[in-house]
Amino acid sequence: MKPTIESSRIEIRIETAAMDALMVRLFDAIDEANMAWVIAADQALRKTFGAALIDLVPSYTTLLVHYDCQQATHTEALQLINKALSGLTPVDTQAGELHDIPVWYDESVGPELPKVAQRAGLSVDELIEQHCQHDYCVFALGFAPGYGFMGLVDEAIATPRLKTPRSKVAAGSVGIADRQTAIYPLLSPGGWNILGRTNVALFEHAKRGEPLLRPGDKVRFRAISRDEFEADGGDTTPMEERS
Amino acid sequence: MSQAASHKAQKGLIVKQTGPLALIQDAGRFGVAHLGVTQGGAADWIAFRWANWLLGNASNSAALEIVMGGGLSLESEREVHLALTGADLDAQLDGKPLAPNARFQLLPGQRLVFRQPRQGLRAYLAFPGGLNAPEVLGSRACTAREQFGGLHEDGKPLQVGDRLTWQGTAPAMRRIADDQAPRMPVSGCRLPIVLGSQIASFSGRALFQAFNQPWTVDNRADRMGVRLTGPALHGSLTGIISEGIPLGAVQVPQDGQPIVLMNDRQTIGGYPRLGALTPIACATLAQCLPGTQVWLTPVSASQAQDDYRHQLGVWVGG
Repeated sequence: MKPTIESSRIEIRIETAAMDALMVRLFDAIDEANMAWVIAADQALRKTFGAALIDLVPSYTTLLVHYDCQQATHTEALQLINKALSGLTPVDTQAGELHDIPVWYDESVGPELPKVAQRAGLSVDELIEQHCQHDYCVFALGFAPGYGFMGLVDEAIATPRLKTPRSKVAAGSVGIADRQTAIYPLLSPGGWNILGRTNVALFEHAKRGEPLLRPGDKVRFRAISRDEFEADGGDTTPMEERS
Repeated sequence: MSQAASHKAQKGLIVKQTGPLALIQDAGRFGVAHLGVTQGGAADWIAFRWANWLLGNASNSAALEIVMGGGLSLESEREVHLALTGADLDAQLDGKPLAPNARFQLLPGQRLVFRQPRQGLRAYLAFPGGLNAPEVLGSRACTAREQFGGLHEDGKPLQVGDRLTWQGTAPAMRRIADDQAPRMPVSGCRLPIVLGSQIASFSGRALFQAFNQPWTVDNRADRMGVRLTGPALHGSLTGIISEGIPLGAVQVPQDGQPIVLMNDRQTIGGYPRLGALTPIACATLAQCLPGTQVWLTPVSASQAQDDYRHQLGVWVGG
């Protein structure tokens, strides 16, 4: 069953995802313009489900609605989604916050700097400038607490994931995978190309339930020197020396 | 006195030896998946609920999830009534066998040892009023990858020298009726699955194979996911745009071997899925040793909810 909802400009599909979870599908491709709709749907679903909502996970094109099946049956949950999303209109995209993220770009903490620069036919400095040039959109949180998938990076510096992921990527590592960019909130395994390190406390924010980055926010990276990074309390331990 | 300090002063159970894995778990961490925080919680939630029920605890009280046993040894500093459910890990109390699915008394100086799995994989040990442990985002569930929960708030499993203390004093006197006692799965068991979004992208042959022959539980299995091996399933999609992952999601990566995503799964992911096992099926799978044969049996979401509510009804009133 794939019921659809008429909204002003998009076709919304609802699919069964699990016993007590429904997938709301808004789009079929990644686009920054999706976010205004995804955020609007997130707000409407939270409001309509109220206490019957267990979890709501928005992503690039979808929202996973995990509801309490003791409070709403499968059919009732479908009706609640219909009620929440009929006549949906996008939110104002300017509403998201703009975050300034200082990054120490250096080969010791960003081992893929030379490789990514070389692939793009740029010097390391040009690559850094390129990475800092855009306001990146936060598309989704996932992978780890407070981890935001952002994009899109310029086609020229897009780089596929490492063939063999690192078993340990330092907290604060800033990386690129294809046309996406992200910051690792805590020490974790990972296969992204690491360019530098920030001291922004993503994990601590998430642990308090108040993520720094939210879907629809914008992020601008700003290159800082080692001295500035250290003065801010940044950990300069090189990537390879982490065990 | 701070709460932490009072826990230290309190007598409890001391960890004398560890096994492969023993974690403090409750029902899980909910309402925070949108932050990228995993669900966690007792993998066999049915056995976990029974353990708390036996002591008259609130159903979400923190208990110990013991995987395999492997020599885990706990020594008591005081008299206490505990409840043990789930897998038969050949538990012994001062060398005498201890049957699962019952409450028992532990006296000061007595030692509880979990040796090896005879039936099932995970045993649950409940304590009066639930274990003391720091709460993170509303839950005491211990999730290693995120460094959430655990006695030292670092997501780590029990370590030698740890002291387990609990919140209550006088537990209820309950026993499980013989016909209600949770049974450990046997080879050939059925795992109900609710079919999901990408089901139509799989080939007819893949769908026939998925539901008409047994799958083998692989040894690549943990709290994040359980891999099933069998014929390779193929479809028209190799990847999808990452979307939210419900408990029990059966994702099929490029090698065609399904992975069932369990309590500690990541919150979003990009592999096509057959659907999701029901929560009851997840509890069953959490007890399957590698090599166990399982059948994926499609069920409607409504039927699965009826079965789920029936299961919850078992604990009402008792």
